[in-house]
Amino acid sequence: MARTAKIIKDVSETQDASGERAKLRGVRGREATDNSPADLDRLIHERMRLGVVSALAVNQTLSFNELKKLMKTTDGNLSIHARKLEDAGYIKCTKSFDGRIPKTEYALTAPGRRALERYLDHMEALIKQTREG
Amino acid sequence: MAVVHRSHKATFEEPPTLQARAMDNLKFIRETMESAASFTAVPGWGMVAVGATAALAAFVAARAGTKEMWLLVWLAEAFLSLLVAGWAISRKARAANVGLLSGPGRKFALSFTPPLFVGALLTIVLLRLHLSEVVPGMWLLLYGTGVVTGGAFSVRIVPVMGLCFMLVGAVALFCPVAWNDYFMAGGFGGLHILFGVEIARRHGG
Repeated sequence: MARTAKIIKDVSETQDASGERAKLRGVRGREATDNSPADLDRLIHERMRLGVVSALAVNQTLSFNELKKLMKTTDGNLSIHARKLEDAGYIKCTKSFDGRIPKTEYALTAPGRRALERYLDHMEALIKQTREG
Repeated sequence: MAVVHRSHKATFEEPPTLQARAMDNLKFIRETMESAASFTAVPGWGMVAVGATAALAAFVAARAGTKEMWLLVWLAEAFLSLLVAGWAISRKARAANVGLLSGPGRKFALSFTPPLFVGALLTIVLLRLHLSEVVPGMWLLLYGTGVVTGGAFSVRIVPVMGLCFMLVGAVALFCPVAWNDYFMAGGFGGLHILFGVEIARRHGG
């Protein structure tokens, strides 16, 4: 939690400082080849999955409906992406009943949190290169 | 020629750099985290403590001889509650490693304080007009409004508590003046204790 709170702050500062330079360099596509995305975690690189992991990083648990509302997506789409994260061991799914209503809750696992932190480090490193470049 | 120009331009339109995407991804993560996070630093046991001091204040204020003394007791209670709540909120936020003035915490503070400011201003005006009888109802009503608006960025039970304060305040405005101390005790004392216990049970102290 401390790490994610810090990242929220750091991201704002990083964006303020290097946002304009990044925009200016944004059209020079060839410079991007210097930052090889070889070790990028493709599993959470996808927007929907990145959103799910980020949302769970600041909540102990979120229900399926809460995630669906937050990500503004459909049942099917969320199910597919959640399953992929679950299969990778990044999130944990708990199914229960609230009275007679089935309830599905998701929580971020320790490997999932580490994966998000690695991903954030990777993004930070890319931005740092822009600053130094 | 125009067609040739467009096609030529399209050839050189390249995807954004990895750096630009990284910025965009970090922005997306930050926005998702901020919209997903609830301000859960509302302290359950801290609220119970505030409720207990308010109940005591209601007891003392009911026995105050003058309106000035009554007001003084409640102003002292407001100051004490502010200290207790501030300490409890920062303690809970620290324990959860949540920034008090980032994201939902900031939104909570910005939504909670305007009704309190209005309450303070109206208190001065009403006392000048010798309408102190309506002050308790107005306090409860505006405090509840602040809790409801601030509670929109917190866990669900917080705005519910605000609504209860508003309800008690609204009823107090139309009831005999002699009942004011009961409403103050029931509202600032009883509701804080009741909801504080529930928040502590569900979301920690």
